[in-house]
Amino acid sequence: MPPPFPDRLTAMRILLAALTFLCLVATAGAQDIAADGPAATPLQSLLQEHRAAIEQGARRGIGPAIEALRDSGLPEARLILEKWQARELWLRKADGLFFLAEPAEGGYRLTDPATGEAAGSATRDEVIQIRPNSGIRAVLAGALVQFQLTDPNPAVRAAALDAIARRSEAGHLDALRAVLEDEPDPRLKARKARLERLLTISFDPDPDARIAAIEGFAGDIGVDVRAALNPLVATTRAVAPGEPPAGENIARRLSPGSEALPREAAYAILVEAGLAPPRIGRPGIRAALAAHVEGGRVGGVPVAELNSDAARERAYAGLAAAGLVPAHVTEAGIDAALAAHSFYDRYAEADPRVTEAASAALSAIALMVGGNQMADLALDALSLASIYFLAAIGLAITFGVMRVINMAHGEFIMMGAYTGYVVQQFIPDYTISILVALPLAFAITFGAGVAMERLVIRWLYNRPLETLLATFGISIALQQLAKNIFGTQARPLTSPAWLDGSLVINDVVSISYIRIAIFVLALMFLGLFLFIMRRTRLGLEVRAVTQNPRMAASMGINPDRINMLTFGLGSGIAGVAGVAIGLYAKVTSELGQDYIVQSFMTVVVGGVGNIWGTLLGATLIGFLQKGIEWFNPSNTLAAQTYMILFIILFIQFRPRGIIALKGRAAGD
Amino acid sequence: MRQSFVAKNPSVLVFLACLGLFTLGVSVLSEGMGIGLISTSFVKTLGKTLCLCLVAIAMDLVWGYAGILSLGHFAFFGLGGYMIGMWLMYARTEGIVAASLSNAEIPPTPDELRSAIANQIFGVVGSSDFPAIWVFAHSLPLQMALVVLVPGLLALVFGWLAFRSRVTGVYLSILTQAMTLALALYLFQNDSGLRGNNGLSGLQNIPGAEGVPQSVISVWFLWASAAALGLGYVIAAFVVSGKFGSVIRGIRDDEARVRFLGYSVEGYKLFVFTLTAVIAGIAGALYYPQAGIINPKEIAPIASIYLAVWVAIGGRGRLYGAVIGAALVSLLSTWFTGGRVPDLPLGFYTISWVDWWQVLLGLSFVLVTLFAPKGIGGLFDLVAGRRAPDRHGADLGPDPGALREKEAER
Repeated sequence: MPPPFPDRLTAMRILLAALTFLCLVATAGAQDIAADGPAATPLQSLLQEHRAAIEQGARRGIGPAIEALRDSGLPEARLILEKWQARELWLRKADGLFFLAEPAEGGYRLTDPATGEAAGSATRDEVIQIRPNSGIRAVLAGALVQFQLTDPNPAVRAAALDAIARRSEAGHLDALRAVLEDEPDPRLKARKARLERLLTISFDPDPDARIAAIEGFAGDIGVDVRAALNPLVATTRAVAPGEPPAGENIARRLSPGSEALPREAAYAILVEAGLAPPRIGRPGIRAALAAHVEGGRVGGVPVAELNSDAARERAYAGLAAAGLVPAHVTEAGIDAALAAHSFYDRYAEADPRVTEAASAALSAIALMVGGNQMADLALDALSLASIYFLAAIGLAITFGVMRVINMAHGEFIMMGAYTGYVVQQFIPDYTISILVALPLAFAITFGAGVAMERLVIRWLYNRPLETLLATFGISIALQQLAKNIFGTQARPLTSPAWLDGSLVINDVVSISYIRIAIFVLALMFLGLFLFIMRRTRLGLEVRAVTQNPRMAASMGINPDRINMLTFGLGSGIAGVAGVAIGLYAKVTSELGQDYIVQSFMTVVVGGVGNIWGTLLGATLIGFLQKGIEWFNPSNTLAAQTYMILFIILFIQFRPRGIIALKGRAAGD
Repeated sequence: MRQSFVAKNPSVLVFLACLGLFTLGVSVLSEGMGIGLISTSFVKTLGKTLCLCLVAIAMDLVWGYAGILSLGHFAFFGLGGYMIGMWLMYARTEGIVAASLSNAEIPPTPDELRSAIANQIFGVVGSSDFPAIWVFAHSLPLQMALVVLVPGLLALVFGWLAFRSRVTGVYLSILTQAMTLALALYLFQNDSGLRGNNGLSGLQNIPGAEGVPQSVISVWFLWASAAALGLGYVIAAFVVSGKFGSVIRGIRDDEARVRFLGYSVEGYKLFVFTLTAVIAGIAGALYYPQAGIINPKEIAPIASIYLAVWVAIGGRGRLYGAVIGAALVSLLSTWFTGGRVPDLPLGFYTISWVDWWQVLLGLSFVLVTLFAPKGIGGLFDLVAGRRAPDRHGADLGPDPGALREKEAER
C-alpha cells in the first residue's frame, strides 16, 4: 500500500483549484443571469457574493457572510438565516442559486427565499444541502438574536435576551440600543436596559460611557455584573527588560524575592520568556550525569560516590568544564538577570480609567457579596440547627427529662424515615403520603418506645450506664433488622413537588423550601413540647415524676404510666423527625447513626432537662459547624472534627450545659 | 498479716497457666511451627483475639473497677496500631524503593530516597511529601515509644480536662464517644497525614523478616500477644488488688464519699484512664500487624461500644470475665459473620446467620444486661457457691448493682 499522505495533499490541491475556478465561474454566472428569475433579487445577489464561504462551511471566514446578511436590512434576512441554521438552505448545482427546499415526490420542491414563490423542483443530484456545523450555527444564532429582539412574541424576545446574556458580542450592543425604547413589556424592558448597560461595559468604544455604566453597577451583587467586570481587571504576569514599556496598563509592579513573586518563580518567568538561560535543577543534573557516565566515572567522580548533592555538583562542574553540558547558572547570574528586568501584572484592558473604575466597583460589590454571603451562611446554619434540634428534641425528653440514655434514639429516627418510605409505596401522591406518614411514624415509634420502656428500660432506671448498653444492644439489632428488610442501598423518600426548588432572594442568598419546612416543623415541635409540658396534666405529672418520683406517687400519680408515656412521646417525636430528615437525606439503615452523637451533643451542650437549652445547643452547634465550614469549605470532615473538639472544651467550662438546672430540679 | 500478691489472687496463676497451655497448644498445632492442624489465618485470628482480650482487660479496669464507662478505648487501640503501622509501612517501602533505585545509573541521594518513599506511600492521597507526624517513622524504637506515648498523652490530656471539671457518668461516656468520633473523622481526611480512609496497609509484612513465611510470623505474633496479655493481666490484677484497688472501687461506688475521705479522686481516675489507654495502645500495636491493615473505620465509636459489650457479657469487675467475654464474642462474631455457620431453615423463612447474627448479638446483649448483670463470670460464682444474701429488698451499697458480692465478702 502506498503512503496515503502525498496522495491526500494532491487531492486537496486539486479541490482548492476547482473551488477557485468554480467561484470565478459562479460570480460571472451570477452577473450573467442577474437579468431574470430568482437571481435578480438583492438577497440572492448578496448570497452569491458570499457563496464560496457559505458553501465551504468553515467556522473561520463565515463571519463576513453572516454579518452582510444580518446588516443588509432585507426583510428576508431573518428567514434565510433561520433556514440556514435549520439546514433547509440548498444550492442548485446548475446555476449556483440558493433555494429553500422540502422533500417532495422524486426529489425536492424548491422555493425562492426572497419572494417565497415556488421555483420548480429538483432531483437529489441537482442540489446540495448547506450543512452548517455547530460553530457556524452558534454564529447564526448570535446574528438571529437581533431579529428575535423585536419579535412580537415576548417569549422569543426573552429567549433572545438569554442568548445575549450567555454569549454576547459587540454587535449586540447596537441592536439592543435600537430596540430598547420600543419594548412594551416593562419586565423585558428592564432586562433589556440592564443587559444594555452590561454590554456597554464590555463593548462600548467610548471609555466615559463604560465608566458611567460600571459606576452604575456599584453594589450590585448579580453574577452577570461580576462576569462583566472580572475580565476587565484580569491581569497577566509580564516581564520586560529594564522599565516596563509605556502605554501598558499596569496593575502593580512586583519585586522578585517578595512574597507575591518568589525568586524562583521570577527566574522561571524569565526562562519562559527566553530572557535567561534555564537553571539546571536536581533532576536535570541527575539526568545529565546519567547521560555522561564513562567507565564508571562522571566528570572525574566515581559513580558510586554520586549519592550526595555535593558530589553531584562536583561531577557536573567537571562535565561543564569539559564542555559537555551547559554551565551552571550561578546565583550571582540569577540576581543580575532579575535586577535587569522588571516584573509586573498587566491588565488585559488598556484604559487605566476603566480598570480603576472596575476595581472600585468590584470591591464595593465584594463587600455587598460578603454581607449577603454571611446572610446565606446564617440561613444555612439556621436550617442545620433546626435539623439538629429536630433530631435532638426527642432525646431532650428521654434523656433530658427522664435521664435515660437511649442509644436506640437514632434507630427511632431511622424507623420514622422508613415508615415514610413504606407509605410512599402505597400512596403515590407525595403530598398525601407525607401527611399520612407523619402521624403514622409518630404512632409506630411511640409504640416502639413504649414497648422498649416496658420491656427493658424500666428495669434499669437506677443503672444508667447499663441502660446505655442495653439500648445499644437494641440499636444494633434494629439496625440489622432494617438492613435485612430494606437492604443496604439507600431508599428514596421523595418530597412533594411544592417543596422542590428553593426560595431565591438574590444571586447569593437562597434557601431550599424543604429546609424552610424543616425549620417550621422544628418550631412547631418546640411549641408542642412547651404546650405539653406547661399546659397539660401530662406535662405537670411528668415534671412531678422527674423531680421526685416517690412524692409524685404519693400524690396519686402513677410514675410507671408517666414514664411510659414520656418515653413514648420522645420516641414518637424522633419518628416524625425521621420523616423530615428522610426527605432530604438518604434513607439507609445507618441514618440514625449519623445523628445520634450530634443529638447527644446538642442536649448535653444545651443543658439537660431544659428545652430552651436544647434549642440553644442546636443553634450553637449548627452555627459553629457552618462557621467552621466557611473557613475551609472543601472539608466538612475537618469542620465536624473541630466542632466536636470545641464541644469537648466547652463542656470543660460549662459541664452542665448552657442552661444548667439549679436547685432541686437539678436532681443530684 | 500481709498476704502475698499471688496468694490473694489465685486466679492470676490459673489464668497464666491457661494462657500458657493455650499458646503452647496452638503453636504445636500450627502450620508454621507444628503439625499444621490449625491454618495460618486461624492462628492470626487467635493472636488478634488475644490482643482484643488485652484491650478488654483495660476496659474492665477503667469501667468494671473504676466505674468510668469510656467509649473511647478503641481509639487508643487504633492509635497504637497507627503508630506501629507507620514504622512498618515506612521500613517496608524503604526496602522496596531502595531496591528499585539501586538499579539506576546514579546512586540516589538520601533526599531522593526519602521523596521516593513519600511518593510511594502518599501517592494514593495525592501527596508526595512526608507530613510532620512521620518524622520518627524511620526508627522502630522511637515509633514503639510513640505507641505508648501518643495514646497515653491523649488520655492524659483528655482525662485531665474531663475529670477536672467533674464530668461523670453518662456525660463522660458521651464525651469520650465524641472524642472517638472526632479522631475518626480527623483521620478520614486525606490531609491528616495518615492516608485518609485508605489507612495503612501491608502491615503483615515485617521489614527485616522477608524470608520468614507468614505461617511462622503468625506464631511469633501469637507468642507476643500472649506475653502481652499475660503481663497486662498481672499488672491489672496488681493494680486492683491492693489499697489502690480499694480506692478505685470506692470511686466507682460513691465518688463523693471517697473525695470527702480525702482522696484525690481525679488523680486516681486519671491514672487508671491513662494506664488503660497505654495498655489499649500496646494491644493495638500487636493487633494490626496481624490484621495487616488499619483504617479510620476501626476507630469509629461503634468499635468502642462493642468493647463495652464484650466486657459486659464476660462480666464486669473481674479480669477473667473481660477476657472470656472478649474471646467468646469476638470469636463467635468471626464465626457467624464468616458465613461458615449453616443457615437455619424455619420452613417459611431461612435464617442466614450472616444477616441475623447482629440481631442475635444485640438481643442477647439486652438479655445479659437485664437478667445476668454479672455476665458469664457470674457462672463462676455459681460454681463457687457464692450467692447474694437475701436482704429483703434493701441494697448492699448506695447504688443497686454497685458493689459486687465478692468484694463484700472480703
